[in-house]
Amino acid sequence: MSRARAVQRAGSVNCALAVAGVGLLGLTACAAEESEERITVYAAASLQEVYEEIGELYTEETGTEVEFSFAGSADLLAQLEQGAPADALVTADTLTMSRAQEADLVSESPQIFAANTLVLATPAGNPADITGVEDLEREDVVSVLCAEQVPCGALSAELTAAAGVEPAPASEENSVTDVLGKIRSGEADAGLVYATDAQAAGDEVETIEIDDAEDHLNHYPGAVLDAADSPEAASEFLAFLAMPEVEEVLAEAGFRTADGETHGED
Amino acid sequence: MVKTEGKRTGQDRAGRSRAARCRTGRPRAPRGPLAPSGVPRWLLLPAAGGALLVLLPVAAMFLQVSWSDLPSLLTSEPAVDALLLSLRTAAVATLLCLLLGVPLATVLAQARFRGVSLLRGLVLLPLVLPPVVGGIALLTVFGRQGLLGGTLELLGLQIAYSTAAVVLAQTFVSLPFLVVTAETALRDLDPQMVEAAVMDGAGRSTVLRTVAIPLILPSLISGVILAFARALGEFGATIAFAGSMQGVTRTLPLEIYLQRETDPQAAVALSLLLVLLALLVIGLTGLRRERP
Repeated sequence: MSRARAVQRAGSVNCALAVAGVGLLGLTACAAEESEERITVYAAASLQEVYEEIGELYTEETGTEVEFSFAGSADLLAQLEQGAPADALVTADTLTMSRAQEADLVSESPQIFAANTLVLATPAGNPADITGVEDLEREDVVSVLCAEQVPCGALSAELTAAAGVEPAPASEENSVTDVLGKIRSGEADAGLVYATDAQAAGDEVETIEIDDAEDHLNHYPGAVLDAADSPEAASEFLAFLAMPEVEEVLAEAGFRTADGETHGED
Repeated sequence: MVKTEGKRTGQDRAGRSRAARCRTGRPRAPRGPLAPSGVPRWLLLPAAGGALLVLLPVAAMFLQVSWSDLPSLLTSEPAVDALLLSLRTAAVATLLCLLLGVPLATVLAQARFRGVSLLRGLVLLPLVLPPVVGGIALLTVFGRQGLLGGTLELLGLQIAYSTAAVVLAQTFVSLPFLVVTAETALRDLDPQMVEAAVMDGAGRSTVLRTVAIPLILPSLISGVILAFARALGEFGATIAFAGSMQGVTRTLPLEIYLQRETDPQAAVALSLLLVLLALLVIGLTGLRRERP
């Protein structure tokens, strides 16, 4: 689903600089004169908050307007296969990206822009006294996980298997946000969610770090789509995603770098 | 549509019951309600558009499905579990609709107290609400943190994440279908039939049992079929309230939604199964309508 236009219209770099501090009136007047470039980026739902921020940064710096469409992996892929117009794609796992390659949507080799880890989340106050993944086996614990068919579920299964734990979830949800929703509302005692989602939930959930979580990373690859209208601008935007200042924004939101390092916390 | 159904099965304009009409033989109907004027030609284009809008997507699905893989896709363990769970829960939900809906319809049809029309409107709420809202509403009552959640937990009952939650969600969304059909039929009852029964000394329950229910039976069957179909297709309230677990809460629509993530072909195959079930249901109502 295409969610809210991420950024307002703006002119080119010069224009943006000229009107910095002048305010909206100047900006609008200026934007009208400039030939403006605009790209459409299809991105994984978990990137929404942080990419909207990055999109604004990018527009400020280059004047290129970035319009995002955020959705789950399967939806993104289905929409692109049906010919949705987009310039770049950033998915929440490498599997979806390789499917995009198989479907001849992407021919350039994708680049990893961020990674995510899983954490245990409990409702505020941790009512079931969860201390680690082994508690997911406890019969008195109502746990919810992502279904194995979705990326977070595949990663959860990999992580629990490596820990030698056989979880007995009450429900297998279709997305991380569904898992988080059940924990937030207290309908579940524990669940595995991405570190970034747990962080975004703030005080409503308690987060328990998992040992060796960094061994089980979820990567976010991005690439320019073959059918892009503005492949060069899209390529420039992807390059921007790898800039140190952007990686800082990503780190603040709880994302890790491609090799699993936490960034900017030292 | 529901309303005309009720009228049709109740009595015709002359006040004769369906049974009476059968005995004398159906009067030779003029061809169509607009006869002999007929349908204006310009109407055909939008009419065809409407029909295509419904038929084309369903037909396209038949074209897209990979028939060779169909048997294996439909007999996979998750698919079979989902189908059986769907049939089981929808059957129980329909029974609950019948047990709760007919009394409710009777009270609504008969009641003359102030606010009855408001109550009637409220009972119809699940028809207009997005099902996911129904699911959230059910959570606020039966969820672990819900109004009754604590009490239920003390009794050792946990409804959330159980098959019972699926049935509750399905009953919630299906009930109005049964209530509307039954109530409309009851309101169209021939007062003379009831009067005759009372003159014969029949009490309230006897009137209901021997006169009202038999007369509204055709509408009731329509209502039951509609409720069953709605329960079978239930998705939003179920996923919001009951969760999704193979064999416990993951009904066919939820399985389709999940399969979409990894295996669109399997999702199409399962969708086809649901379409066939729906066609069967429509066929049942259609047959019933054709019969005099």
